[in-house]
Amino acid sequence: MMAAASRLPASPPSRLPAIQMTAIDKSFGAIHANRGASLEVLSGEIHALVGENGAGKSTLMRILGGLMKPDAGRVEVNGRDVTGWSTNDAIAAGIGIVHQHFMLVPTLTVAENLVLGCEPKTRLVSLDYKRAAEDVRKLSDETGLVIAPERLVSDLSVGEAQRVEILKVLFRGAKILVLDEPTAVLSPPEVRELWSVLRGLRDNGATVVLITHRLDEVVELSDTITVMRAGQTVERIKTSETTPSEIARAMVGREVSLSAGKRVQPLARPEGPQRDQGLEARNIHVTNPRGIRVVDGVSFSIKPGEILGIAGVEGNGQTELVEALAGLRPVFSGDILIDGLDVTRRSVAARHDAGLSHIPEDRHRRGLILEYSVADNLILGVQKHFAKRGVLDQDRVMENAMEDVSAFDIRPPNPLLAARALSGGNQQKVVIAREMGRNFSVLLASQPTRGVDVGAIEFIHSQLLEARAKGKAILLVSAELNEVLALSDRIAVMYRGKFAVIMPASEASEESLGEYMIGAKKGNAA
Amino acid sequence: MPWGERAQEALIPPLVALLIALICGDLLILSYGQSPAGVYRLLLEGTWGNAYGFGQVLYKATTLAFTGLAVSFGLRAGLFNIGGESQLAAGGFAAALTGLALPVATPLIIALILCIVAAGCAGGVVGAVPAYLKTRFGAHEVIVTIMLNFIVLALLNWFIAGHLHVPETLHTPEIHAGVLPRLSDLSPTFHGSAANLALVVALFVAVAVWFYLFRAKGGYELRAVGLQPDAAEYGGISVGRVWMRALTFSGVIAGIGGINYVLGYKHYYEDGFASGAGFLGIAVALVGRNHPFGVLLAAFFFATLSQGGLAIHAFVPKQMMDVLQGVVIIAVATAVPEVRRVLRGARKMSDT
Repeated sequence: MMAAASRLPASPPSRLPAIQMTAIDKSFGAIHANRGASLEVLSGEIHALVGENGAGKSTLMRILGGLMKPDAGRVEVNGRDVTGWSTNDAIAAGIGIVHQHFMLVPTLTVAENLVLGCEPKTRLVSLDYKRAAEDVRKLSDETGLVIAPERLVSDLSVGEAQRVEILKVLFRGAKILVLDEPTAVLSPPEVRELWSVLRGLRDNGATVVLITHRLDEVVELSDTITVMRAGQTVERIKTSETTPSEIARAMVGREVSLSAGKRVQPLARPEGPQRDQGLEARNIHVTNPRGIRVVDGVSFSIKPGEILGIAGVEGNGQTELVEALAGLRPVFSGDILIDGLDVTRRSVAARHDAGLSHIPEDRHRRGLILEYSVADNLILGVQKHFAKRGVLDQDRVMENAMEDVSAFDIRPPNPLLAARALSGGNQQKVVIAREMGRNFSVLLASQPTRGVDVGAIEFIHSQLLEARAKGKAILLVSAELNEVLALSDRIAVMYRGKFAVIMPASEASEESLGEYMIGAKKGNAA
Repeated sequence: MPWGERAQEALIPPLVALLIALICGDLLILSYGQSPAGVYRLLLEGTWGNAYGFGQVLYKATTLAFTGLAVSFGLRAGLFNIGGESQLAAGGFAAALTGLALPVATPLIIALILCIVAAGCAGGVVGAVPAYLKTRFGAHEVIVTIMLNFIVLALLNWFIAGHLHVPETLHTPEIHAGVLPRLSDLSPTFHGSAANLALVVALFVAVAVWFYLFRAKGGYELRAVGLQPDAAEYGGISVGRVWMRALTFSGVIAGIGGINYVLGYKHYYEDGFASGAGFLGIAVALVGRNHPFGVLLAAFFFATLSQGGLAIHAFVPKQMMDVLQGVVIIAVATAVPEVRRVLRGARKMSDT
């Protein structure tokens, strides 16, 4: 892998930047997607733009492509100030964006898709198919992106469809290519093929920007790396001068260091009769709608009073694993046991009854009904315990809400307020109050402190530790390495759908976990 | 949100929409060379101004209340029931069949209950078909309910035309069991109007729907599915089961609406009696903002426009009222979110 990085083209340092974005600011309502982000891409290089989901990479690229205008900041392409330009300007200036989701017309042929919008015509009206096909064949030969122009797009494989997408932007004269997560849908041989095509394009003078959060790809392919975190550019570095673990650290960040360095002490656990208590997962496989295995044979068990932390770069199957455990996604094969009871084929409600509690990673989509009041949200999932003969007992709903609001310091302390009106931290407190308030023995805590202010983070951590002290079995999934290190008894690293390693937290460090997170090292659980 | 603000948000936007509609109405009336004030006075006199007109408004509002409640019930679960037309017809047909089958001497209250149950069941069956197809196969309820309208109405037409009609007509023989008293039986001032005690049933259904939606566990789950299906699923609510329940009961409500015409007015089922009422129910639900009591008000409003069209026919074409209905619907659909945004903006400004 390091060998790939050393194969950098010798480039004169005075080379002109193809893209220069400085101090870019962009907000959507309360969400500050870019805060003073910058990006400098030299012409003729492959530049990797890395960062976790929501770091602001896509927003930055949308601004570059003219799909959005920045609130503040300056965009220069080839030395020309183009701030706030339109998509048409961007295309005319040679910027081509290959989107993560294909934008092709499945019922048309490859050639027809390529010429869409700039069709060669014979005699005013009819489309000149022959010339279109020839043009495409010529371009295809030049670039090594082999594809028959006559084929229907609906007959193509995912890798071939992507080739068409790349051809499409080249056909429109793109000199600066932006690829958004190009490998998310590709098989390993297709990835290797894409790499050689991109290297060929670079060697012919094209500039390539690669958006990704897979570090192995970055190290293998790029010349320069820009790391983004929380809307800001945190690092710009030559690939040859860095290591994967450094990149990983820059991506995940160390800002929230409240609990950094702290470690939990093992609890004395009674042995014997409680042997099958807690959560047990045996050989879980989960496939996504395209049939790709996103969770690939994961096994673990969590005893009462224990926290198992799952670290890993996002998008390696953590979301799918938790959803499968919670009953929100079918498992392809494997067994899930809660306190010894097999719930693999049971409904969400049945798992609740078996003792499962779940803090979901996305409180806006799953965890809360935003239009419902705080009081109504505090009974979501336990509503049947507040109903008598099918009628909700409003007094008890309010009573429960008042208790939770004061115990968890939910602000403003008005249970009739719509959940939408609360800040992110207080919304998360509502979710946590509800999930901790019910009768449970196993807790799935997925990104429990995401988007939450510093004070709330500390509170949430203490809640998790209190639940552990009460003998709950807890699965903690977090993108924050510090959080996983500080709270867990044992730590597993998830990489490409598998546990790369599972080890006691006392043996783990940021550095060692980083190696597993990027797949540079494989451990005992692989 | 405090009560005052909630009331503001509930009332001001529809009033603005109404104002827009009134202005459009003025322009239309002026374009016919009539005085808007005169025409509106005539409209009010012909509808709310005398007992007969008012009775007719109540009669028309009753059917619209049922179809409007049906549509709004589905919408609360996020489902668009366009099948009110055929569910209403099926309900009326079942009520008529039951009324015909019962001996004349059946006590009124028993006959009524049986007829209403039959009407509800028939509407419910028509509503359950798209519900089942959606949960089992993912068929979109809009397509299925629209198509089912054609199928059910054609089947009913075939029954009537081929088997059950009184010669020379397209209706069943008159029923004698389960006839609902008219308002004119209670107070002679309503003489001649079709208003009947189905109105009371509609009010009862509206209260029941309100109670279910906002007080029952089932309603909590139904609204959760309508607002955020992913969150509902996370909360252990079976989305498919809620869909099934919502569309079926939407059909039941529309089906019961059939009694207004069949048991209350004509005392027979006639082909085409439901024509238009099912679709207008969509507008009623929209203007009533999917709240049962809002739906009642909206039904009353649309019934007034419809009856008012007859009252002003001598001066302007009654189709003007159809145009006005359209304007109201568009005004509500566009002005309400806009006005609400402005209200919220103004409130934020005053907060800071």
